[in-house]
Amino acid sequence: MKCQKCNRPATFHITELLGNMPEELHLCAEHAKEYMDQTQDTSPAAANMATALAHHMAQQMALTKTTEQLSAMDEEVCPVCGISFFEFRGQSRLGCPEDYNFFRKQLEPLLINIHGELRHIGKIPKRTGQLSAKCTSLIRLRREMTDAIQTENYELAGTLRDKIRRIESEVSQL
Amino acid sequence: MTIDDLIQQQHPWFQDDGPHTDIVVSTRIRLARNLANFPFVSRLSPDEKTQIEKKITDAVHQSPNGAAYTLFEMDDLEELDRNLLVESHLISRELAANTGPRSVLLAPGEQCSILLIEEDHLRIQVLRSGLDLDSAWDAINTLDDQLEQRLVYAWSERLGYLTACPTNVGTGMRVSVMLHLPSLIATKQFAKVYQSLQKISLAVRGLYGEGSQAFGDFYQISNQATLGVTEDSIIQQVRDVVRAVIGYEMRARQFLFSENGNAIRENVKNSLQTLRTAQQLSMEESMHCLSSLRLGISMGEVSDIPMNVVNQLLLQTQPAHLQWIYGGVISSLDADVLRAQYIQKFLKS
Repeated sequence: MKCQKCNRPATFHITELLGNMPEELHLCAEHAKEYMDQTQDTSPAAANMATALAHHMAQQMALTKTTEQLSAMDEEVCPVCGISFFEFRGQSRLGCPEDYNFFRKQLEPLLINIHGELRHIGKIPKRTGQLSAKCTSLIRLRREMTDAIQTENYELAGTLRDKIRRIESEVSQL
Repeated sequence: MTIDDLIQQQHPWFQDDGPHTDIVVSTRIRLARNLANFPFVSRLSPDEKTQIEKKITDAVHQSPNGAAYTLFEMDDLEELDRNLLVESHLISRELAANTGPRSVLLAPGEQCSILLIEEDHLRIQVLRSGLDLDSAWDAINTLDDQLEQRLVYAWSERLGYLTACPTNVGTGMRVSVMLHLPSLIATKQFAKVYQSLQKISLAVRGLYGEGSQAFGDFYQISNQATLGVTEDSIIQQVRDVVRAVIGYEMRARQFLFSENGNAIRENVKNSLQTLRTAQQLSMEESMHCLSSLRLGISMGEVSDIPMNVVNQLLLQTQPAHLQWIYGGVISSLDADVLRAQYIQKFLKS
């Protein structure tokens, strides 16, 4: 497939979800970057994000990742919130705290582009610490419980409910 | 407390007691936070959004001094009220424009606002007059600690506070300082300053402008990086840069006055004359003249008008404020007439 703006091969396939109908764009690396730069919104953070994403994609291409490898990466889905990396790329927003672990290899080059660093050295909340990861596990358990109820697997739903209650009471005592 | 009460109160901008108010209009710090046991905003159901609003509101109300906060649900507010809050910098355009459950917690005095269900579950922000980074940081850090006693934030040892957009991860902190830089613009030195800021990863944007063109020579400087840097060093970095920019602006002012003093005095005088006598003033014209008057006051060329009156007019001559002051929907032509009349009430000769 050729780029919609020139004769080079289209290596970036962008789906815009701004209006009612998704709009598909097929662009070469150069026009994809230009497009991302144009569509940045007025906030510097969002502009920064769009540029970082464009850089990231260009870098991935430079690392001789094939379109198939890239699309396989795009299709990975977070087991906690159900967001795919493709969806994240479309909206520049992650789905849940666990995404930072699940998409770690995709996000690290992005974080380097944006911040130039990969490790937090700022404020440490007094109480949160270990509690945070435990709470995030509740997102997954609740989603699994809803699925279990929908598929009428009430035994599993009951086990999950007890697990959720246990974690909730542990957290509330701290 | 109602939105009307809030708008009538002393906004930090109306004061001119902060440090460096001749050049710095205001300082703002915001922290982005999320609750650990819910997905980020884009994956929340309306019901979960309401649950989060309640959890955070309860935590705020239980914290010391928290009882003073009132919750304003965006969909319960008129469009005018939402626009008033945007113009006052108490909420973001994004919060006003989004749909579904989303709200803001505001306290009397307007020094702090807590946005619920914006890009992140909560965004705490503190606004101060002038360049007042330390007091803004103390206030927001204390409030953050108090809320953390009652809420479990999404946080990891590796990446710090986890936010919906990776541009905010780490400290979740954005420090923004709004500056009035008429002489740097006039001497065309602003481009140089802008380039140097980009190198150290700070963002600059014009105030009020829809696009990149800033009205009235107001610019905002803020940090870009939030990961791998401590809160103290973000503050120090912004402080160093703002102080350097203040120095550049002072030198540009001195240069302009020594090289071309009469022309500038004439310009200030004409702007004041326009503000005092015009039958109608567009937003752009009034911003331009108020900017020139602000420069005149800080250079001692105008002595009978306090700086806080100019700051107040910069805010109150914006569309939603004008509509609120005069009541009802007004056409843009009527707004230009009312804007001129309103300014003249404050700038009588």
